[in-house]
Parts: sequence; C-alpha cells; structure tokens
Amino acid sequence: MSPRVRLGLFGVSAAVLACLFVWALTGLPQFGAFRGEYGRILNSAAGPERHVTNVVSAVTFDYRGFDTLGEEVLLFTAVMAVALLLREARSGDERRADAVRSDVVRAVGLFAVGPTVVMGLYVAAHGYLTPGGGFQGGVATASGLVLLYAAGRYRAYRAASPKTLIDFAEGTGVGTYVVVGLAGIVVGGSAFLENVVELGVKGTLASGGTIAILNAVSGLAVASACVLIFHEFLEELMTAK
Amino acid sequence: MSFLPYALAAWLFFVGLYGIVTSRHLVHLVVCLGVMQSSTYVLLLAIGYRTGKKAPIFTSGVPTKVGAVDPVVQALTLTDVVVSVVASALILALVIEIWKRSGKLDPDELGKQET
Repeated sequence: MSPRVRLGLFGVSAAVLACLFVWALTGLPQFGAFRGEYGRILNSAAGPERHVTNVVSAVTFDYRGFDTLGEEVLLFTAVMAVALLLREARSGDERRADAVRSDVVRAVGLFAVGPTVVMGLYVAAHGYLTPGGGFQGGVATASGLVLLYAAGRYRAYRAASPKTLIDFAEGTGVGTYVVVGLAGIVVGGSAFLENVVELGVKGTLASGGTIAILNAVSGLAVASACVLIFHEFLEELMTAK
Repeated sequence: MSFLPYALAAWLFFVGLYGIVTSRHLVHLVVCLGVMQSSTYVLLLAIGYRTGKKAPIFTSGVPTKVGAVDPVVQALTLTDVVVSVVASALILALVIEIWKRSGKLDPDELGKQET
C-alpha cells in the first residue's frame, strides 16, 4: 500500500470515526455537570463503611477490588511475557562500561536515591489516607532504584535488586491479593474480597481493613514489576554487541 | 467552552492514530500509541468532573461540605495508566525481538521479502 493510499484511507475512516465520536459526545453530560449516582454514593459511604479518607483507593481496592485483581494479573502476565521474550533471546555477556562520567550527575543522582525511595514508600503507605496509593508509590519506589543505575553504576543497581528477590516479590504481591480475597470467603464466611480485618481508626495508618493490606501488596507487585521490566531492558542494553 | 476537554480527548486520539498510521519507526509507533491512550485518561476524568467540587479525598474534611468529583472514573484511569504502561513495555520487548531478527525498525519494510 502506498503512503498516499494509506493516508487517504486513514482520512476517510478518521472522518467517519470523528462523526461517531461527536454523536457519542452529544449523549454525554455537560462538562462539569456529571450526575453519576454511583460515585456520589461511594463518596459518602466509603468513609463510614471502610474508615478510609481516600475514596479513589477505596474504589480501587474494595468496591472494585475484583477489577484490580484482574489488573494485577494483567500486570503479572505482561511482565512475564517481557521476561520470556527478552531473557530467552539474550546471548553473549559482553559488559558495557557505565555511561555516567560526570561527578556532578553522579553525586546529585545518588543523593536523590534515598529521598525518592522514601517518598515512594510514603505515597504507597498513605494510599488510603491522602492522594496516592500502592500503584503510584510502587512506581516511585522503583524509580528510586532505577536512579541507582541512571546516576551510578549498573552493578550497584543489580546489587540493590537481586533478580531472585524481585521475582519472589512480584509473585508474592499478586499471590497475597488472591489470598486476601479468599480469606473473605474462608474466614469472613461471606464473599470474595470481603473485609476480614479490624477497620481501625479513620485517618490513621491503622485503618481501612483489607484496603490497607491490598494497597501494600499492590505496591509491592507494581514496584517489583517496574524493576523487573527495567532489568530485562537494561540487560538487553548491557549485553548488546 | 465546556466541550474543550472532550475536544482535547478527541484530538489526542486522532493525532495518536495519525502517528501510528504514518509511522516509519516501531519505537515512534509505541510513543504514538501512548499519546492515543492518554486520550482515554482525559475523557474519563472529564466525564467525572463536577464544577467547583474537590478531589474525592476527605482527609481534611473540606470536600464533605463542598462535595467531590466522581471517584470511580479516577480509579478507572488508574487502571488505564497501569495497563498502558505494561502494554508499552510488552510491545517494546517485541520491537527488540523484531530488530534482532530482521534488523529492521520500519513497519513498512517488515512485510517485504528478503532478497
């Protein structure tokens, strides 16, 4: 297909799609005037029911907790697929020298590792109280580790994230989610992902019941997933001829 | 100007799609996919917005009086972001494989027979 034919086809189909889009938009509420009852009810129910102050986390880990389990499994599967694709094809072990030569980059970058990891853990730990959560905090924590490579040495990064430990953490993160879900049936005697833990005092770290646990294990799963993905791509870079 | 957020979502979607259709480099294609996916974040958040309302986080107690925007679409956006990140990682891994096997990164070149 020549570029011109392709562009023509794109133009026609994009125009059709744009018409459908505009048609769909006419059925949407005016911007700023959304009247969805579901969200409104959750906003008033999440606090008294689950003793959390961040309703988005309550939705993620409780009201739509089953969706999040699907998301965790998707994350796990995708990471496994990346590892399978890249690990198998890897050959040779010629190591490249670290790219960073500047002392300033090194000093500032390495200085930022600690604060970044602490901030990531803070965001993850307070996920059900303030803006943040396991997913966001997990990524921030992982990026702290990645800084070790970006500003420091590849070897230091590898030492800080041994592959067996990260593999284990990734599996544990996803597995514990399922275990907590099953506990709702076995211990709680009701439904999958039903709360089985003391709800605690609203506004403190010891609150939220299973939301707190699921938030933590999601953080673990996401952080190790990010480190794993980065591992695989980095390994690719380091062994490339 | 209440339609602007929706227009932005549409623009991101079509700009990303245009990029994918005309892409001459697989990594560029993945970036375009990312642009396209961000249109869904804008759309979701725009739908759930309520004028004058705060974020659905009740730590300080303020939004309880004022009211808050929809938390469900925000949680969906979170899922969306995670999915798009891992999807990009997976596609990039495939791109590396393609490059290793054929030495090509132009999607147009891939279908052509080796001579």
